[in-house]
Amino acid sequence: MASWKMKSILALTLALALAVWTFGPRPAEAVKRGGILKLVVGSKIPSYDGHRETTFGIIHPLRPFYSLLIRVNPDNPQSPTDFICDACAGKVPKPTDGGTKYTFKIRDDIWFHNGVKLTSADVKATYDKIIFPPKGVPSARKAFFTSVKSVTAPDSKTIVFKLKYASGAFIPALANPFNWIYSKADLDKHGTNWHKKNINGSGAFRFVQHKPGAFVEGKRYEKYHLKGKPYLDGYRAISAPKMALRMQAIRGNRAYIEFRGFPPKARDDLKKALGDKLRVQESDWNCNLLFTPNNKRAPFTDKRVRRALTLAVDRWGGSKYLSRIAIVRGVGGMVFPKHPLAATNEELKKIAGYWPDIKKSRKEAKRLLKEAGVNLNKTYIFSNRGVDQPYRVVGTWLIDQWRSVGLKFKQEVKPSPAFYASLRKKHDWDVSMDFNCQSVINPLADVSKFLSDDVSGNQYGQYQNRKLDKLFDQMNRASDVAKQRAFMREYEKEALETSAHQFITLWWFKINPHRSFVKGWKIAPSHYLNQSLDQIWLDR
Amino acid sequence: MAVSEVAAEGIVLEDSRDTFGQKVWDLVRRKPLGAAGAFVVLFLLVIALLADFITVYDPVKNSYDSMHVPPNAEHWMGTDQFGRDILTRIIYGARTALLVGFVASFIGSTLGLMLGVTSAYFGGRFDLIFQRIMDIFMSFPLIIMALAVVSIMGTGTDKVIFAIMIPFIPRCARVVRASALAVREIPYVDAARTLGFNHKRIILRHMVPNVMAPYLIMLTSFMGQAILLEASLSYLGLGVQEPTPAWGLMLQGGAEEYAESAPWIPIFPGLAITIGVFAFNLLGDAVRDTLDPRLRSQ
Repeated sequence: MASWKMKSILALTLALALAVWTFGPRPAEAVKRGGILKLVVGSKIPSYDGHRETTFGIIHPLRPFYSLLIRVNPDNPQSPTDFICDACAGKVPKPTDGGTKYTFKIRDDIWFHNGVKLTSADVKATYDKIIFPPKGVPSARKAFFTSVKSVTAPDSKTIVFKLKYASGAFIPALANPFNWIYSKADLDKHGTNWHKKNINGSGAFRFVQHKPGAFVEGKRYEKYHLKGKPYLDGYRAISAPKMALRMQAIRGNRAYIEFRGFPPKARDDLKKALGDKLRVQESDWNCNLLFTPNNKRAPFTDKRVRRALTLAVDRWGGSKYLSRIAIVRGVGGMVFPKHPLAATNEELKKIAGYWPDIKKSRKEAKRLLKEAGVNLNKTYIFSNRGVDQPYRVVGTWLIDQWRSVGLKFKQEVKPSPAFYASLRKKHDWDVSMDFNCQSVINPLADVSKFLSDDVSGNQYGQYQNRKLDKLFDQMNRASDVAKQRAFMREYEKEALETSAHQFITLWWFKINPHRSFVKGWKIAPSHYLNQSLDQIWLDR
Repeated sequence: MAVSEVAAEGIVLEDSRDTFGQKVWDLVRRKPLGAAGAFVVLFLLVIALLADFITVYDPVKNSYDSMHVPPNAEHWMGTDQFGRDILTRIIYGARTALLVGFVASFIGSTLGLMLGVTSAYFGGRFDLIFQRIMDIFMSFPLIIMALAVVSIMGTGTDKVIFAIMIPFIPRCARVVRASALAVREIPYVDAARTLGFNHKRIILRHMVPNVMAPYLIMLTSFMGQAILLEASLSYLGLGVQEPTPAWGLMLQGGAEEYAESAPWIPIFPGLAITIGVFAFNLLGDAVRDTLDPRLRSQ
């Protein structure tokens, strides 16, 4: 009897232990240290300066060399409101003075890779360069900070941002992953162009070498201020502009991850080939392709012609078909489609270029072209970037769309540096592909691309529209979401239809297949976010 | 069969009474591979010229209801990722290939011919310096040279033609110069000089016609190379751009992404390139054997 009782207790204990083991909470996976992360990057590096550039081509290989003041929480990158301190100490501060003053304390344990200690003076010099760049110094995101009145550093551990008005767009703008903290000494000694060709950051990894067109190499920075990190010994960012090459690199284990995104077809092929050796993360993407007419080049100086361009494009049909072959999916206006400030489908369908009846839309386009006296025998130049996904696919689609209203375009595809030179300086195109890829979902700042070119910093259509500038300002000063939304609709209509300056094609959809042993990285709604690599480890 | 007679000196003379058909048949019998090449080239020329009349589909119009359709009765070679008929694009692509092939090789060879003959004619220091310049150009492989030119000038059909043409010039100039050096020593050139003819007339009227054999050989052999180069540049994304139908471009769009799931997309343009280049090579060999049999052994 006793033996029976003992057996019963033993069996019960074992069953309980099994249940706990199966259904109970599991301890966190033990992080493994060491190893070299090999990632593939689908774009070249136009320059090393994060403040002037807008491409993932520098974020993926170079962001790990730098620190930010604050950053998106790497454990919760999908949230548009979850920020943590990087160079600042403690938690992200709450504003004071009616929401117009932010005071940050700077950590005391950060050193640049050249051995110089990071202080608030470096942060101030960095943000002065970004927000108030000297004349002739490009800053792609200065328009994000139109609310900022001043940046001061009262002592070596304190940095204060004073705003002209309370703005919900300020903190997300501050967390932008391009806001790399530069050393004031470097800026003072070498000038504002030095960072185009030189690297001296305080990030998790130190720069080792860059073989142009081949790879960028970084190794662990032992004095990194986030103790215990990074987990990797180093990383190698391999340049592979062709999508097929990137895909084959992952398939053949020559690279473990690509942070930008693959089209659905590539995901399916990889999954089929690698099975459970592959993990796929997917997300909506705060990124869209634009086509920008040259507002200073005839016949695109005429807003009727520009409007005809957008009316010719069947976005609803394109979304359905292109999503099968490219990394695009959603139809949307200026604002990230799922955001409260975004236009609803009903609102969108009232804007030129989004009408549900494409025949009616194209008929109107043809009428406008005729009315404007456009020479339909001429072949116009469409400048595009030499990146497979989604530029070339969408470019080919656009040319076909315009052809349906009688406009002929010749596509000129250029490598990234030449494309940017053409887009920003040469303006030797009639219409150019452009993009508005943002990091933190922050529509109040993200739509700054549509401002006048002397305000925006990254508007290449070469137009000035003070109505847009005023609406943008009013929208950013508006205290509640309803008012912001109303201003946003007006702003959107003015830019996309009334003055018809530049246009959105489709929003992107992010698919990141990667080797299953790559751990610690969570997909964000942007390929710019979560790229410090300090939380990644290899489970091998 | 051609009627021939042996002249007193033992030279075989072709009978002028041969009809064109007989001559062609004779050529086919003597050079069957060359004739096959010529036939394919002729076929490509005809389909390129008549593309508008022999195709049913628009080569550039996207048709999203017909994406990735495998070969069937409606689309003999299937459709690509944009729903465009592959056969139609291959036929129109022949235009691009032949245009680039003919124009680049003709201009490149002709410039090479002129420079080669001029260099040989003047000789001396001019020839020495000129040949060293040619050496520099020839030290780069064809594709590298073409890539360098395209990366400076940009993409597009006209620029691709230019990029391909440039490396052909020194290659042709070198071969032609060798023949022209021999021609220069023939007394009639001296006679022309004695008669007071200017350099231009001597070069164009007396020397160039006598180096046409190596010129034609180079010209035909360059055509196949030009088509291959155009395809290579387009495949690398540096040549002709979408939506222009071009074989290399079609291969680029298809081979990388759809080799497994829609193999017809890369296979047919690949075959077109192979057959086209092979045909031009066969033709070039036949022309070489006919015009200068000595080169065969080299």
